[in-house]
Amino acid sequence: MTLTVQQQETLRAAIQDGLPLTARPYATLAQQIQASENDVIGQIQHWLDDGLIKRMGIVVRHHAIGYSANAMVVWNVPDELVDFVAEKMRVFPSVTLCYRRPRRLPDWPYNLFCMIHGRDRHWVLQQIEQLVQHAELQSIPRAVLFSQRQFKQTGGRYARVG
Amino acid sequence: MMNQLERSLLDRYQRGLPISATPWADMAQELGVSEQEVLSTLQKLREQKFITRVGPVFDHHRAGSSTLVALAVPPERLEEIADFINQFDAVNHNYAREHEFNLWFVVTASDQAQLQSVLDTIECATGMPMLNLPMEHAYHIDLGFKLAWQE
Repeated sequence: MTLTVQQQETLRAAIQDGLPLTARPYATLAQQIQASENDVIGQIQHWLDDGLIKRMGIVVRHHAIGYSANAMVVWNVPDELVDFVAEKMRVFPSVTLCYRRPRRLPDWPYNLFCMIHGRDRHWVLQQIEQLVQHAELQSIPRAVLFSQRQFKQTGGRYARVG
Repeated sequence: MMNQLERSLLDRYQRGLPISATPWADMAQELGVSEQEVLSTLQKLREQKFITRVGPVFDHHRAGSSTLVALAVPPERLEEIADFINQFDAVNHNYAREHEFNLWFVVTASDQAQLQSVLDTIECATGMPMLNLPMEHAYHIDLGFKLAWQE
């Protein structure tokens, strides 16, 4: 890695809205941060190998392409079972995310979150039923929070441009 | 709705975009089309807002600090509050959801102090019940997913 810390930060800020759709995107970025194309490619590959970047690819707007039903399903799993339950949940094909988060009692008793996207509500509800069977979650209290409106969907902005 | 090349791009490249000097050409070769077709198709998908971007999805926990926040907003004020929340650069993925806690958004900042300052500002300005739900463990992360095409 031959980029300075400053160059790395500028690069991170520059790519948070995506690669420039130019013929040589990494060369375009290299010009912006006054580095070589190879160094930019090396840095991004390093971030990917390192896990700072989870994936490099096309970020789809699910609503726009017809995946308008999006349910966040939240579960109140006994603490000693949460890892076990999550392992069953994460392999279920229609589960796209599975996270543990803190309870906030008394308002919020749920500690395990998963996301299911689908073309319609009925299909998503069917998937949840199948998930309950598959992972034997019949006794686990849950709530299904369908999204109603999307007010904003952008990449995270932890880095400032400039 | 989408042509074959558009579908192929979304099926194949939600992850694993080539990290090479000529990514579009590499993709074009794999899909048997021209580099210009790949590039112009991606540009079109972005202009038409079928995709938000082509590029990285950062692990916000590594990249800085982030959390999931929920607010319980009176329904008649939902739009107003959502607009207010959207004004923060630190906010992304702002959704209305069916629950007493009906506005859900992700706040991302460069460090914990900045994150807390955004949360305090929002809580103070809205005066509404707020849940701060940082991720404790990721069992399964966003890697894109298989789309079921239909005519």
